[in-house]
Amino acid sequence: MSSVEATPAIRKTALNAVHRQMGAKMVDFNGWDMPVEYPAAIGCGVINEHMAVRTGVGIFDVSHMGDIRLAGPQALAAVQHISMNDASRLAVGQAQYSALLYPEGTFVDDVIVHRLADHDYLLVINAGTREKDFSWVRDNTRQFNCAVENLSDDFTQIAIQGPKAVNLLQKLTDADLSAVRFYWVTRGRLCGLDNILMGRTGYTAEDGFEIYIPADEETSARVWNEILDAGKEFGVVPCGLGARNTLRLEGALSLYGHEISDTINVWEAGLDRFCKMEKPEFIGRSALHAAKAAGVTRTLVGLEMTERGIARDGHKVFAAAREIGYVTSGSPAPFLKKNIALAYVPKELAAIGTPVKVEVRGQHLGAVVVPTPFYKRPRKSA
Amino acid sequence: MAYPTDRKYTKEHEWIQSSGTSATVGITNYAQESLGDIVFVEVPRVGSELTAGKTFGTVESVKAVSDLFSPVSGTVTEVNADLATSPEKVNKDPHGSWMVKLTLKNPGELDGLLSAADYEKFVAEEAGK
Repeated sequence: MSSVEATPAIRKTALNAVHRQMGAKMVDFNGWDMPVEYPAAIGCGVINEHMAVRTGVGIFDVSHMGDIRLAGPQALAAVQHISMNDASRLAVGQAQYSALLYPEGTFVDDVIVHRLADHDYLLVINAGTREKDFSWVRDNTRQFNCAVENLSDDFTQIAIQGPKAVNLLQKLTDADLSAVRFYWVTRGRLCGLDNILMGRTGYTAEDGFEIYIPADEETSARVWNEILDAGKEFGVVPCGLGARNTLRLEGALSLYGHEISDTINVWEAGLDRFCKMEKPEFIGRSALHAAKAAGVTRTLVGLEMTERGIARDGHKVFAAAREIGYVTSGSPAPFLKKNIALAYVPKELAAIGTPVKVEVRGQHLGAVVVPTPFYKRPRKSA
Repeated sequence: MAYPTDRKYTKEHEWIQSSGTSATVGITNYAQESLGDIVFVEVPRVGSELTAGKTFGTVESVKAVSDLFSPVSGTVTEVNADLATSPEKVNKDPHGSWMVKLTLKNPGELDGLLSAADYEKFVAEEAGK
């Protein structure tokens, strides 16, 4: 038997025409035609976009992210079964970082779980794993009295990120954003639209919000442009996936397919604090229990290059001329002005200060294990 | 940006400006635009032998790595040390920020390269793809 799988057409968000009109450089990201950076002529480029988010505010089209809603009397039980964090701790309006795991304790995906109402949860998932995640969630929650809905195409999702994000967004909404704590959500009127979901979440290691608006092109473009207009006084810039990647890497935030995948388990990825083993049951729990008892052999570490050169994804890591691991993500860090990387290495070579080598185009260049996150945002004292 | 007519170009987006048996090599505006913010330029030492069409160095932007291809064969006589500390100059002034100077092995190789007009046409086709 043979079947021919058609190559799926490249997908576009409702803001695609806006990005192209702004002159963004577009790339195929997991089957999505997405902006990687905006032109230097409008003050953009990866470095400027990155710095805007660290020092002011930048906005991202993240509509390619998927959304799954679980609602019904047993929604909590369903969420508890398929995710590793403890959703029973969520108050209405609160969100948490979590992950969907395979029975092996490896990753289906990482997710943000939002509790929207008593028996109503929204999972925000990665673009590249949308279909897989939805099937996984649907197939593994059939025993619960709860509806599973794929809302991925229903929203245009815009991330407004940076220390000035709250000031910018407050100009456009009647919701009191100062009352919304990090990893909480609110609803309010935004740009003339009623009952808009706004979460104080993001993927930049900075303060910020993610908003969920109707996915029609006209509304999406209007809101995008109103945000840019309102943000002029804060020096807002549109940001692409290039800056999104360097920002999350400085914050040592995991990216599916890099730091986490179906062959890497929770302990290796160092996501212990989001995995609640005290929960009596969830998919992956028993494998993780066994893995911990057996001992974890490799672990994710931060590296900083000590010799001139840039570690990139997939580069091999050496110690004493022996191959010991590999780089999962590596890049120049525009704010820190260092060349940094995340890498898997054996547990015994993971101590802070351990010198290693990264193979860059045949040359072994010096690097050292450093604490993560590489960047931590300054906390406001007030 | 107009491509200067005082030099030749390659389909790998290098430019070469020659005078007698010496020449200067850099990357084009199209190359720097495609790469984005350049953060690293690596070129061979003075005295290195370069071969036409072969890689001789690397340019890296925040998000990408790109090989440098030698437009001609020759011996490196000088490298632009400035780019080791200020690689962003390639973004700001690609046609002024040279990477290496060479003594040409065979000046006849220049005849096979593109004129500014031909390169501009080539780039327009690339952009349209």
